[in-house]
Formats: sequence, structure tokens, C-alpha cells
Amino acid sequence: MKSTVKAALAAAVSLCAVQAAQADTLKMAFIDPLSGAMASSGEPAYQSFVLAAEHINADGGVNGDMIEILGLDNKISPKESLVQLQKAIDQGARYIIQGNGSSVASAIIDAVNKHNARNPGEEVLFFNYAAVTPEFTNEACSFWHFRFDAHTDMKMNGITDWIASREDIKKVYLIGQDYVHGEAVAHAAETQLAEKRPDIEIVGNELHPLAKVKDFTPYVQKIISSGADAVITGNWGQDMTLLVKAAADAGQEIPYLTFYGGSNGAVAALGEGAIDTLYQVSELAANMEDVSDEQNALVEEYKERFPDYDYYYHRAFVTLDMFDKAAEEAGSNDPIAVAHALEGMSVEGGYGAATMRAEDHQLQQPLYITTVAADVTYPVDNTNLGWRLVEGGVIPADAAETPTTCEMERPD
Amino acid sequence: METLVFALLNGAIYGLLLFMLSSGLTLIFSMMGVLNFAHASFYMLGAYLAFTITEGTSFWIALFLAPVLVGGVGMLVERYGLRKVHAQGHVAELLFTFGLAYLIDELVKIFWGRTAVNYRVPEILDFPLFTLYGAQYPAYRIFILFVAAFMLVALWYLLKKTRAGLIIQAALSHPHMVGSLGHNVPLIFMTVFGAGCALAGLAGVIGGNYFVTDPAMAVQMGPIVFVVVVVGGLGSLEGAFIAAMLIGLLQTSAISINASLADIFGFIGLGADTELGEITIASMAPMLPFLLLVLILMIRPRGLMGDREV
Repeated sequence: MKSTVKAALAAAVSLCAVQAAQADTLKMAFIDPLSGAMASSGEPAYQSFVLAAEHINADGGVNGDMIEILGLDNKISPKESLVQLQKAIDQGARYIIQGNGSSVASAIIDAVNKHNARNPGEEVLFFNYAAVTPEFTNEACSFWHFRFDAHTDMKMNGITDWIASREDIKKVYLIGQDYVHGEAVAHAAETQLAEKRPDIEIVGNELHPLAKVKDFTPYVQKIISSGADAVITGNWGQDMTLLVKAAADAGQEIPYLTFYGGSNGAVAALGEGAIDTLYQVSELAANMEDVSDEQNALVEEYKERFPDYDYYYHRAFVTLDMFDKAAEEAGSNDPIAVAHALEGMSVEGGYGAATMRAEDHQLQQPLYITTVAADVTYPVDNTNLGWRLVEGGVIPADAAETPTTCEMERPD
Repeated sequence: METLVFALLNGAIYGLLLFMLSSGLTLIFSMMGVLNFAHASFYMLGAYLAFTITEGTSFWIALFLAPVLVGGVGMLVERYGLRKVHAQGHVAELLFTFGLAYLIDELVKIFWGRTAVNYRVPEILDFPLFTLYGAQYPAYRIFILFVAAFMLVALWYLLKKTRAGLIIQAALSHPHMVGSLGHNVPLIFMTVFGAGCALAGLAGVIGGNYFVTDPAMAVQMGPIVFVVVVVGGLGSLEGAFIAAMLIGLLQTSAISINASLADIFGFIGLGADTELGEITIASMAPMLPFLLLVLILMIRPRGLMGDREV
């Protein structure tokens, strides 16, 4: 009896070993800043993808293949990114993941389009998890590009709806990074506010150099002297943290409505001052009621694995889950087959269902407006503060959805 | 009015920090005859050492210990590196400091990681000192102001009013004469190099938590420091002081100005909706020091107070 168990075990082990040996690696290149001023955005995202890949691999991989995430540092430079992209393709990666910086994403979309046109049979797909310039899924849309984050106009819809409901806000100040993303945010804020609350005056529209400003005090003092009741910013990474740090130092207590207030360290920089002044619109509401135990377990696992960061890049998990599902539905890991399967694909995300709109490859999902509060289940930045959903802060997927002008060219 | 007051305050603090960095560089330049490319790396080293010492003990110990350590490293570099290279001429020295800058950069990344460290303002100074026109002013900024002013006075007193200062000044301009008089010139050089590095380290200690302590801080500060030294006049401490304050004030006040090029040059017909007219003064702030550099080199190549050509 004993020997049969042993034999069975040995057989099982060797079977596993054979399977493991047969499983190929599926390389996915993660190209983002992993050093320098913006690494505080790139690194937690990289870890999110690594963890998401581990989960999928433990579950049998993608059509039996094991995902390997190659982390490539682009130092947030479009030029460097193209070098890394070529390196990734040479190493056999057929899937490119990038998100930080629309200037970088734009260069990658362009390069991927050219590569795919010149190398039929060796196509690569680009999964954009954070570059939110609306053009990428509108006039500049591409079959090879999929965006897994809500774009600027969608996020701004949430912010402006909230402002429209606050009668006490009469003056708004816009501050952003001086590149295509900052401009898009300012443009969206101006047009949407003019439509929803024409009585609101925009008292400042400032763009500052990207990732170069070390001291935001002069900017904050400008905001204070403008008499603004609220600030809208699309800043991310260090530019987000330092901006709110300077605001906290100056004792400013007006709401900061942000895309990326959850940037690592922003809450810690503000401390108690963040309560009811720092707002964020995102796809994540970690302390929301009726979130599945499974999702909460993931949040806890992330914190345990990477104690320096918090569960923030929920999109990373949505991206790989959806990719896994699409590849298995297509029965192939070939980029073209996966791309076709991704169109219209839906997954049950941890915070509401997410669907990849076929016509422009823009993910549609519910968004949440959250603000900082004490006494939450999942605090961030190793403080006792965390993100809490504001009243009326749920924006259902169909309310966040915006029409597209995309006319996509699909390969036969 | 309030814009002016804030611009003056912030500009003065930034200017003094710049001076603290460039005073060491300009001293070392007078001595070696070449610019020390690794100077901003010593600034970074000061910030990182202060971070580590603060973690273990307290900020106040770091305030004294970190500059001393950086100065020590500087002296070792001079004694065992630069002095040997000196025989090969200026180009070799320049290349040596260039390589050293990269070396320190990489070492910092290995020891402290590639992302910013959480080097914070000490709690005892982390409170608003006063409220000015509705904005609170952090006490730490005023603390920087005092440390920098103290250093400025101490440096001036040391160089101009003491015997040691006289010998240093003499050794910088006439080393052979001073040597013949029986002074140990190599020792003086080593001390000056160490002191210059210690000043950069001190700037790092108080600037690291005021700004951000990350591996990019040396690269970002380096060019501005060179601008200060060149604009001020190579080898002139007074010039470096004037240039540092000028650049500090220029950069911070430019951000506060709400005008565009069209508002200023409107009279010669520059429209507000043209590409050039749309540019705001605030967005030009990071460019201004370099504009100043180019203008000075064109109009007055020896700098504001310098006595020799670049």
C-alpha cells in the first residue's frame, strides 16, 4: 500500500516536472521608469505585474505558457524607450507593457505600428496601463494598442461632476505637467467646467516642467493668492507628492482633485492634512463595502510582499486577467488572435466589471472618487490613513464612457 | 506685493543654498585651475549620509557629522587621486573628476537604491513659523536661511580675517612663493579641497530634505552650480555669491509672474495668440540661468567679478 502511494506520488511529481519542462515562457516586456525621479510610479507597477503574472502562472499559465515579465528601465525618456522596445523584441517579447508618460506611449504606439507593418508574422501588441491622453483611443487609435485605464476625459468627467454638485466652489485652479498629458487635462477641465458649471471661474492654468521641479512653494503661493476654492491636477509620481507637500507646508486646506493622489508617498507627505483635502478619481476603491474577499486578500498579499508600496495598480491585474482570458478563448498566444479576442472581452474586476470596447480598444469600467480618511481597513503609505469613497463618488461605467472618433484599421 | 515678498524669501533661500554649493567649487577651481565635475556628487553624498545618520541617531548629529564625513572623502580623493593625476595636466584632472561623478552616482544607487529615500525635515522644525498673506511659512526654511547665513559669515571671516585665510589665499594664487616661505602647500590644497566638499555636503544635509534626496539630485544640480561659478567669475567668492542670489531670485520670481511674452513684447506687435506670444514667463523659469550664462559669456567673458578669462 505504502509503495503504491509512493509510486503514485513519484509519478505525479515526474508528470509535473515534464509539464513544467514543456511549458514555454511567454515574455512580456515592461518598459517604464525604474530609476530616477519617477521610479516611485514605475516600480510599484512593475511589482503589480509580476504578482499578477505569478497568480496566472500558478493557475496553469496562459494556454500552458508561463508569463515572464521583463523589467526594462526607460528613464521616462521616449528615446530610451525605443531602444528598450527593440531590446524587448529581440529577446522575443511579443507583448509590450507601458504606462507612465503619454509622450513615451505615443512613441511606442508609433514604433509598434511601424514594426508590425514591416514584420508580418512577428507582430507585437502594446498594453497601455496608464498613459491617458485621449487621442490614443480617438484620432490616433491603433489596432495594436489596448488601453486598460480610463483616459483623461473620462476621469475628468468624474471630477467635474463632483465639482458641479459643490455649490461652494466658485474658483478653480488648474496645474499640470508641461507635456501632452498636462495639456490634455487642462483642456478637458476647461471645456467640461464651461459646460457643467459656467459660473465657475478658472483663476489659473499653469504648466510646470515634467519631473524637474523640486520645490513647488512658488506655485502653491500663486494658487493661494489667486483665491482658488479647488485645484485640479493630473500630476503623477514625484510631481504629485511634492505639489501636495508644498501645499501642506503652506497650510492650504482647499480640495485637491487629482488623477494620481494615490501616487506613492502623497498621503504620507500631507499626513492628517490630507483628510478631506486630497481627492482621487481612479478605478480603485480599496475600502469600499461589498468588495469580494478574494480581492481583499489580494490587497493584503500585495502589501505583505511589497511593504514599501500599496495596492494601487489594480489595472495591472485587470490587464493580465483579461489577456489570459482572451488568449485562452482564442486558443493561441499569437498577438493577432489575442487582439481579436480582446475586442469586446469582459472580466469581473475586483471593483466592478471591465469591458474592452471593440471599436477603439478603450477599457470601460466604473470609476470612483475617493478621499483620504482615518479609520480605514486598508491604510496607505504606512500611515493610519487610507482612501474612502466619497458620497456619490461612484461613476458607473456607462456614465464615465465617452464617444470615440476612432476609425480603426484592422489586419485581415 | 505679496508675490514680491514670497519671491524674495524663497529666492534668497534657494540662492544661499546655491552659494553654499558653488563656494566650494569656486575655491577648488582657484586651486586646481579646472572645474570639479564631481562637486554636485558630494552634495548628493551629504544628503544621503545625513539620511542614514538621521535614521540611526538624530538630525542634529547628521548636521555636523555628514559634512565632516563628506569633507574626509574629499580629502582622500585629493590626496590619493587628484594629486597623482595632477602631474598629467588639466585634461587628466578634468576626466578624473568626470569619472568620479559617475562612480559616486553608481555607488549611491547600489547602497541606497534607485528611488528617492524618505529623508524628512526633523520634527522639531516641522511647524509653520508664521503666516504671511494667508500662507503659512515652514520653520525649516528659515532654519536653512540661518545655517546658510552663518556659513557665509564664517567663511568670509576665515578667509579674510585670519592668518590661515591669508595663507590659503596666497597659496591659491602663488603656490610656489608660499611653498618657499616654508608652508606645506599640498596640505593646504588637500584642506581646501576637503573644506569645499564639506560645504557641498552641508548643502546636501539641509537641501536634501527641503527638496528630494534621490540619485538624480547631483545631475540636476550640477549644471546650475557651473552656471553660478561661471557667471560669478571663475575663482571669485564674491562673484559666486552675487550670481547665486541672482539666479535664486530670478528663478523663483519668474514662476510667480503671471505674464506671457505677448504681454511684454506686445508693443512691437507680438500677438497673444501666436506661438511665441503664448509662452509664459513662468514656463521659462528653468531656462533663465542658462540664458544668463550665454549672455554673460557673450558680454563679459570673465564673469561678474572674475579676474581671468574663462
